[in-house]
Amino acid sequence: MTQNGADIFVESLKAEGVEVIFGYPGGAVLHIYDAIQRHGFPHILCRQEAAGLHMADGYARSTGKTGVALVTSGPGLSNAITGIATAYSDSIPMVIFSGQVPTNLIGTDSFQEADNVGLTRPVSKHNYLVRDVKDLAATIKEAFHIASSGRPGPVVVDIPKDVSGAHYKFSYPDDISLPHYQPRYEGHKGQIRRAMKMLLRAKRPVLYFGGGVVLSGASEEMTALVDLLKIPTTYTLMGIGGIPGDHPDSLGMLGMHGTYRANLAVDECDVLFAIGARFDDRVTGKLDEFSVNSKKIHIDIDPTSIGKCVETDIPIVGDVKNCLQQLLARLHEQDDPAGFHEQIAPWRARVADWNNEHPIAYEQHANGPLLPQFVLDKIFKMTEGKAVMTTDVGQHQMWAAQYYHAQHPNLWVTSGGLGTMGFGMPAAIGAQVARPDDVVIAVVGDGGFMMNIQELTTMVEQDVPVKIVLLNNQVLGMVRQWQEKFYDNRESSIDLSAQPDFMQLAEAFGLKGMQAHTAAEAEQILKDGFAYDGPVLMEFCTERGTNCYPMVPSGAPSAKMLTSDS
Amino acid sequence: MRHTLSILVRNDAGVLSRVAGMFSGRGYNIESLNVAPTLDPEVSNVTLVTGGDDKIIEQITKQLHKIISVIAVTDELENPKGFVNREMAMLKVFPKMEQRAEVLRVSEIFRGKIVHVDSKSFVVEVSGSQDKIQAMTELLRPLGLKELVRTGPLAMRRGN
Ligand SMILES: Cc1ncc(C[n+]2csc(CCOP(=O)(O)OP(=O)(O)O)c2C)c(N)n1
Repeated sequence: MTQNGADIFVESLKAEGVEVIFGYPGGAVLHIYDAIQRHGFPHILCRQEAAGLHMADGYARSTGKTGVALVTSGPGLSNAITGIATAYSDSIPMVIFSGQVPTNLIGTDSFQEADNVGLTRPVSKHNYLVRDVKDLAATIKEAFHIASSGRPGPVVVDIPKDVSGAHYKFSYPDDISLPHYQPRYEGHKGQIRRAMKMLLRAKRPVLYFGGGVVLSGASEEMTALVDLLKIPTTYTLMGIGGIPGDHPDSLGMLGMHGTYRANLAVDECDVLFAIGARFDDRVTGKLDEFSVNSKKIHIDIDPTSIGKCVETDIPIVGDVKNCLQQLLARLHEQDDPAGFHEQIAPWRARVADWNNEHPIAYEQHANGPLLPQFVLDKIFKMTEGKAVMTTDVGQHQMWAAQYYHAQHPNLWVTSGGLGTMGFGMPAAIGAQVARPDDVVIAVVGDGGFMMNIQELTTMVEQDVPVKIVLLNNQVLGMVRQWQEKFYDNRESSIDLSAQPDFMQLAEAFGLKGMQAHTAAEAEQILKDGFAYDGPVLMEFCTERGTNCYPMVPSGAPSAKMLTSDS
Repeated sequence: MRHTLSILVRNDAGVLSRVAGMFSGRGYNIESLNVAPTLDPEVSNVTLVTGGDDKIIEQITKQLHKIISVIAVTDELENPKGFVNREMAMLKVFPKMEQRAEVLRVSEIFRGKIVHVDSKSFVVEVSGSQDKIQAMTELLRPLGLKELVRTGPLAMRRGN
């Protein structure tokens, strides 16, 4: 029996174990949508393609599986670009299928034609234009392999309409041949040995890990390393959940809105061991003054990350999980860690002191204005850090990172590298689809929430019981904070006081709305909201002028943090 | 420092823009770029001249390797003696009557070939190292050089 390209598409997805597609139809993907209908393949209709991509992304981040999205040619794909770029920045495994005009029309400026391969090249790990139905299954197989192997990332497969319509027999290849694409998983033994020696000689060591720990599923190994050596450990925004958030040796997040102790520890350490992190400028602050007195060890699966920003003394190219296993095996061969613990005891005491100087803290007065930190802290305590939390981008995201100590990997879902507003709520839909039995919370600001507000429809339609926590300060808070600090408080185009009545809006979309102005009300609606069976929008009316601290001014050394308004 | 990179690529859709786009997207410079088929119809060879300090060249090489369509990257500068490096150029000269003989003499010195001649102009073809082509260009300039096209260098590893 012959099938058409669209059938082959569906069969290939089944062969890959794909559970659901997030997408939006159009002319160039009509054959494919027809096959989806005929096969009854699970598909979730987003209401705008970028949001659909964020859903697939949230699905991927909350599970570690590859997210799948489908969009039409031209405007479908161009809308999706933001979502692709978001996933690319954070190395999220996704396969995105786009429709293309029939091959004989390519290059003729035909209706809804765009150069999809050209448009997505700089924001994807790889992309394909499938010119012949014979290549379709093999291309899909290759795309899934590339998306999820090595340093993961989004891969785009562009399928012209005549290819999805052409008849051919389905057979899924058993393997792929990519002799020149061989990511290196195992770390170099000699380098691992040298790293261990350097680490064990350190008097003031710091472990600094990033999203690589989550992506490679290495949180067990990462936690074991911290447990064994008791080295003060900090993590990036992407690393949250890589070790249990309440781990006694956790310093919290480092960087621009990181903790005082994490940034000081990194500044004063003698060995900095970077694990699946990439020395992003939001982490390092002023690069020439970043951790100048330390030797650096760096594990990363992507060789381009090593030595790109910071000179590395011991580079180790490899998969974080693999390399940490190798390192742990060697450490276990060594004798007791007690001597090492003694050696770093003064350092640990020093780091603990820093925490007492400027802990992450807030003061919520019963009758005072409602503080966003209070809301997030309450959520952490209620969920014990075991719920999935997605965020949007802005001040609320940084407060969430400071107060929500996720206990496990894949619970923290945030757009770190690209910082894409509009990400949080649709990502929560994807996460809830992936994890129907878990609590999924979307923490959003009133700016970013409006960027993909249409997806409330999807949420209600799919009946995914996401708990939306809207921290409404009636302003683009993070921008306001920068304008206050660096532009003499001249406010420019940030006021959001013209906004819908969010309670009426919730009702219009068909979800439960709840609102709080005070701490007591906040506690109440959190209780009610979490108990409610269905999607709910909890709006917390907070003050306009609250700043997020600590803050490393852009371009300043990371040890020079502002810690309060004064 | 100038580096000639020899990059073997799979002939995927848009492969040249994958290579060139990496350079423009990351702010690296391309001095010259040459793409040509190899013996394998599915593989092309890109010869690219770029510049930068060691750190930049290392990053460029790694970033090239990261492109899925890239099969291999060799940097000639790492092993200059290990490579043969040639470039071809064509130079169009409009000499004054009394300088026509001089043009022929310069061409001969550089083992150039006259591939076109008419009553007013010559087209001289020459191949060799970049320095040689540079030198010839300088000598022909005062003799009425009006146009120059160069292939950019091609590099091939000696032996295996
Ligand atoms: C798509 C997009 N546009 C612009 C920005 C720049 N930006 C970063 S944070 C921010 C303000 C966000 O405001 P809001 O969503 O209200 O959250 P808050 O900072 O108040 O918590 C803006 C505009 C961005 N990150 N993404």
